[in-house]
Amino acid sequence: MTTRGIPAFTRRVTDQAETLVKKVGGGSLRESLRRRGRAVRTLGRGFVISLPYAWLLAFFLVPFIIVLKIALSEADIAQPPYTPLWEWVEGQYLNIKINLGNFAFLIQDSLYLNAYLNSVKVALISTVICLIIGYPMAYGIARARPAKRTILLMLVILPFWTSFLIRVYAWIGILKNNGLINNLLMWLGVIDSPIVMLQTDFAVYLGIVYSYLPFMILPLYANLEKLDETLLEAAYDLGCRPATAFIRVTLPLSMPGIIAGSMLVFIPAVGEFVIPALLGAPDTLMIGRILWDEFFGNRDWPVASAVAIALLLLLVIPIVFFQHTQARSGEAES
Amino acid sequence: MKRRSLFLFSAMVFGFAFLYIPIVSLIVYSFNKSKLVTVWAGFSTQWYGALLENDQILQAAWISLRIATLNATVAVALGTIAGFVLARFRRFRGRTLFTGMVTAPLVMPEVITGLSLLLLFVAMEAAIGWPSGRGFTTITIAHITFSMAYVAVIVQSRLSDMDESIEEAALDLGARPLKIFFLITLPIIAPALVAGWLLAFTLSLDDLVIASFVSGPGSSTLPMVIFSKVRLGVSPEINALATILVGLVAIGTVIAGIVMARKQKTRERDMQLAAADK
Amino acid sequence: MPSFTSFSTFEPWKDPGQTPYVRLERVTKKFGDFVAVNDVSLDIYRQELFCLLGASGCGKSTLLRMLAGFEEPTSGRILIDGMDMADTPPYERPVNMMFQSYALFPHMTVTQNVAFGLKQEKLSRSDIRSRVKEMLELVKLDRFAERKPHQLSGGQRQRVALARSLIKRPKLLLLDEPLAALDKKLREHTQFELMNIQEQLGVTFIVVTHDQQEAMTLATRIGVMDEGYIAQVGTPTEIYEFPASRFVADFIGSVNIFEGSITEDEPDHVTIRMRDQEADIYVDHGVNAPPDARVWAAVRPEKIHITRNRPEQSANVIEGTVKEVAYMGDFSIYLVGLEGDRTIRVTQPNLRRGDPERITWDEHVFLHWLPSSIVVLTE
Repeated sequence: MTTRGIPAFTRRVTDQAETLVKKVGGGSLRESLRRRGRAVRTLGRGFVISLPYAWLLAFFLVPFIIVLKIALSEADIAQPPYTPLWEWVEGQYLNIKINLGNFAFLIQDSLYLNAYLNSVKVALISTVICLIIGYPMAYGIARARPAKRTILLMLVILPFWTSFLIRVYAWIGILKNNGLINNLLMWLGVIDSPIVMLQTDFAVYLGIVYSYLPFMILPLYANLEKLDETLLEAAYDLGCRPATAFIRVTLPLSMPGIIAGSMLVFIPAVGEFVIPALLGAPDTLMIGRILWDEFFGNRDWPVASAVAIALLLLLVIPIVFFQHTQARSGEAES
Repeated sequence: MKRRSLFLFSAMVFGFAFLYIPIVSLIVYSFNKSKLVTVWAGFSTQWYGALLENDQILQAAWISLRIATLNATVAVALGTIAGFVLARFRRFRGRTLFTGMVTAPLVMPEVITGLSLLLLFVAMEAAIGWPSGRGFTTITIAHITFSMAYVAVIVQSRLSDMDESIEEAALDLGARPLKIFFLITLPIIAPALVAGWLLAFTLSLDDLVIASFVSGPGSSTLPMVIFSKVRLGVSPEINALATILVGLVAIGTVIAGIVMARKQKTRERDMQLAAADK
Repeated sequence: MPSFTSFSTFEPWKDPGQTPYVRLERVTKKFGDFVAVNDVSLDIYRQELFCLLGASGCGKSTLLRMLAGFEEPTSGRILIDGMDMADTPPYERPVNMMFQSYALFPHMTVTQNVAFGLKQEKLSRSDIRSRVKEMLELVKLDRFAERKPHQLSGGQRQRVALARSLIKRPKLLLLDEPLAALDKKLREHTQFELMNIQEQLGVTFIVVTHDQQEAMTLATRIGVMDEGYIAQVGTPTEIYEFPASRFVADFIGSVNIFEGSITEDEPDHVTIRMRDQEADIYVDHGVNAPPDARVWAAVRPEKIHITRNRPEQSANVIEGTVKEVAYMGDFSIYLVGLEGDRTIRVTQPNLRRGDPERITWDEHVFLHWLPSSIVVLTE
């Protein structure tokens, strides 16, 4: 009997038993069979839930606990390069060493604080710029005729599917001293010597806005597309001018899209690494890059872990807010 | 009204230009004879040839493709279950935690996920001996973990849109829940699964940060190779690679668009047919 | 099983020897704090076409879903064919349901949709094929057997849904607003088709609807529901002519209700003094009410006569002025204003073609009715 056959077999037995019992008229036996059926169904449900649950617990949640554990240990010339959190001494003493030094280090060294603040600042400004550029685009696509709309959507999605890394790389070629912009401007005679655009904060902003723009446009579009145009018509009919109608009708109704898009840009942008690494200056302080350097450069795993924990704590509020709004919009739809 | 559409129109033109100028520049410069990439020296396809002879890039591409395929397939399986659970199982113990774990990877900065998974693998190796050394397996596990979140969100959204009474009707007609999932639900949400697979594939192929953390010697992925090259400056072979990738994505998108448009046409024709005869 | 030829002989609820096929015992369903179904007890008999009638949100759909097995009652029992249905999932119940949205499987053809239920019973291929063919001919869809749902019109989809739910020959069929999505002409036609099919197959139907006319046409008995409880159960005639409460009287059709108190209480007649008008109502039967109780006298618009001259009777007469006239073709509606802002609704059939003497706006008229036309309500 294969494992697949067992539930079928059990079911057949239960069914036959139930028919028999019905004929005989035994009430309590039927009831216990029904209760068993219910237990089997609950068990089945539990098994289904447990598959992704177990994976996520093991490979998403537990790692965070380990990061915390290592953030509380000390760097060591060892393999792996950190001291253990606890160890048995003389066979009976459990020595637990919690090192808060890494976190203290973070707080004391202004480098880290500045990096966090700078990262948040950069992410925030980039999010706003993405919103300013992305909202009209999303609105325009949502208002377009169906045939054009599909094409426009495809045009937005195409960069999204193209490699992120490669698109950031493209900006190197455009922004560098003998890159596209400088060559063009010098050829036109507008400038004599190249403008330094690469390895600047400007380049980082540009890179982040560029890479995350589709993440802002798509949720906004999804929201605006569902917007009932007759609401606007009613507003106009009641004497509302287009600008006011936009502010008082469209904007509030598109708020879920704005929030979703903003979260999808802001939260990952805070911890962004690739863009500051490729487009930013060596002293552009972004926390993602600091973490990478601590880990790969200094081989200081405990400090890198502490940086990660601090970053996580910083982002926990926006993350929970994002999940809350997602859940609420999901409920509203159902 | 006219003024509004002019504003919108120019905003869209600017926006799309902004999106596409870098991509177009990549393509144009891939045909530049000069090694300096951005200083035009004449038309040439030599870099494509050089690309095909670059073993390092080709090997990395092969590894990335294999990881991406495996990742997409497993992520679709797990993600569909997760999405189904979120959409259909209203209440169960630990649902809040589950929802949190499924949606968090969508926004979590990659450096955090990368670091945490690496530390996990190191600890696991110390404790139980597996995974022994990092490479293909660890990268795939890491990718599955975040890909699954995307698939789950797509599937959950599709299932919420679906008329639940179809599944109820099947229950009413005598089919059990497991059978219904495979006979009824899955065929209906199939397009969402395809979209999820493609998304997981692309995300995996494109991932740099997480792969950097959890890979090992001899298992450099394509993004890792690209990154190490471009860190030092522009490289014409990368332009050639980029053009090929963009070309593939463009072809794929166009085909998808045509297929969907055609399906829409047949559907509309069918509905007109139905309305015609009573 | 008694076969019947006319409705007048089909009254199993009056037969003490009959056991109900469906019995709801004090069924309550709560969603959090909201009580959707409130302590409902109901008996439904074999081969009835029972209609649950009520406005949106009154709990009728929840009740239906509990019968089908998609919700479990918070308290109370549901028995079908004598068996307690607690903990029994829908696929184990001898019940089938037709959904309001039809819920056809979009990726399957009509044949596959209809055959689905039989496939779960593990019948042989040839058996399934012949029964599907039979059913499709019954609902006149044999021409469309290979089409998919999106290639069908609304009426055709409804027939597929019906065929799919009937093919398993259930003893009990639940229908959730089956005609709501159809246009008027189609609805009337389908109403009669449904009744024919039900009689032919001898299945017990429980239909949920918000449409009074539908309930009155289809039902052997109607259960009027309001905010989770059953206001009255009875045949269409009973519900219409003998409503048990003001709610039921007002819910079905139109009614004029006069508040008053009993001045004469005899076993064979009752006189009620109207509170707002200077007039008396004389009822030709006794009423079960405590003395000096507040009662309501209900009279249907079609039972009121409207004349220019004062009639001879002394009770059951009021005077007023015609405020509105609406000509509906087969009958006319008169809204007559009484003293003190009260308006009475009267309907009269248009018996004479182009009647030159018909009553018109602003005329002073007398309204009167027979003593037997009054229903006295105590709640």
